[in-house]
This record gives sequence, structure tokens and C-alpha cells, in this order.
Amino acid sequence: MSELIRGVVAAHGPLATALVAAVEQISGVEGALIPVSNSGCDRARIEERIGDAVGTGPAIIFVDMPSGSCLFAAMRRMKDNDQVRVVTGVNLAMLVDFVFHRDLPVAEVSARAIDAGTRAIRIP
Amino acid sequence: MSLLLYRVDDRLIHGQVVIGWGRPLGAEFIVLVDNLVAASDWEQDLYRMGVPPDMQVIFADVPTAVREIATWQHEARKGILLTADIATMAALRAASPELERINLGGIHHRPGRTARLPYVYLTDEEFRILQGLESGGAHVTAQDVPTGAPITLSALP
Repeated sequence: MSELIRGVVAAHGPLATALVAAVEQISGVEGALIPVSNSGCDRARIEERIGDAVGTGPAIIFVDMPSGSCLFAAMRRMKDNDQVRVVTGVNLAMLVDFVFHRDLPVAEVSARAIDAGTRAIRIP
Repeated sequence: MSLLLYRVDDRLIHGQVVIGWGRPLGAEFIVLVDNLVAASDWEQDLYRMGVPPDMQVIFADVPTAVREIATWQHEARKGILLTADIATMAALRAASPELERINLGGIHHRPGRTARLPYVYLTDEEFRILQGLESGGAHVTAQDVPTGAPITLSALP
């Protein structure tokens, strides 16, 4: 079995911590996601926090906004690392899908996450 | 005056700048003055992702900015000028007396800096530079977003 993919949620303020707690509550899967906040950070410190959370293995960094400091830090930190993907517009649905598919290849898991997250946005 | 905001923010282009300030000011361009970013196409592409398609970003190193600031100040469009550090803003102020109001928008913790506000940390040297700018006629305030109250340099703890 290949190494399980790590998920890092990078977001403004306390959002990442809240999302991770909610995913754990819904899925019962703990430890699959690591929250990172940009609060109180300059560019270098955000990159450092994200880099520490990602570690050395395969990972997906889920970012809240499709631009801004969290995305820039994630992209800058990971531009030479082909084991890592960045997905923007994080929501609960994509994270719940992610924690149950961490054994798949990174490219496939990131595509699934985007699909699950997008499908969750609708007018019922 | 078409440069409506001169901001020191070590995150450079991000939500507070583009959305928080850019929208109410009606900013149509951002001048980002940073030697490292000016030397990297990759970094510039990244920062362009952070602005709406109708907002132009001008990247400049410090010598270019010193040379061009008067041109940007007299454009017909409204703009914002960003630097990542106080020393760069001080260099621009020295080149342009029209740069009268300096906004401290985000200067975060680093070794040697002490907290003045949750979003402003300064070394003693940085604080002295800001005092020098004020004694030279500039007006320095800390204000992260337009809806927050501006805090004068003398009121910083």
C-alpha cells in the first residue's frame, strides 16, 4: 500500500481549524488533515507553516481563496515538488471526500476533491 | 493625485489590499515595488493571480520606482502603491514629496521586532525611520482595512 496522502488546509483566521474539526466530527477520521492559519504571518512565516505541515511525503494543500496570501505561500513553497498539489476554494464536502481516498495517487485525489467540492455548490 | 494609498504590507498583494482597499478606492492599478518580485517572472505571475482582470499590476524594483513614481502619481487612473518594508517606502518618500501619507498595513513578527498592534511589529530602527519620515512632513498611520480606525505613529504602543 502506498503512503497515505496528507491534507493541509490553509486559510484565513480560524477557518482551517474549524473546517478540520468539522470534517473529523462528520467522518470520524482523525489526523488526516492539518490546519494552517495565516494569522499574524508575513510571507515567509506562512510558507514555513505550510512547509512544516506538508512534510516530505505526498500532500494536497487545500486553500480557501483562489488568490491571496495562503495560495501564494502554497504555490511558492511547492513549485518544485511534484508530490504536492494545491486545490483552491476549500469546502467541507471536498475535505470529507478527501479523507476517505488518501490511498489514491495525488493527481486523482485532487481531481476527486475538486469534483466533490464543486458538486456541493448548488441551489437545492 | 492618482496614487491614493501608499501601503507597507509584507504580504504585498492579498485580500485586504485588493478587496478591502481596492474596491472602496476604485483602484485600477497597483504598483508593487519589490526588488525580488521585480526580478522574477514566476513571482509576478503569482501576484497577477491575486487581482481582478481589469486591474493592472506594475512591478518595479526600487531604482525604477524612484524614477517612475511621479509618472504614476499623475496618471488619470486611481492606484495603490505597495512595498513590503519600511526602508523601501522611505526611499520612495525621499524621491517624492508628493508621497505624504504612509499606511502601515501589515508588518508581521520577525526576530528583533516588538508588537505595536496585532498587525504591526517594528524594530527600534524601523520605528526611528518612521519618526524621521514624520518629522520630514509625512503622515504615518497604521490601518489594516478602511473600516478600521487609523492609528497615528505617536499613538502606537
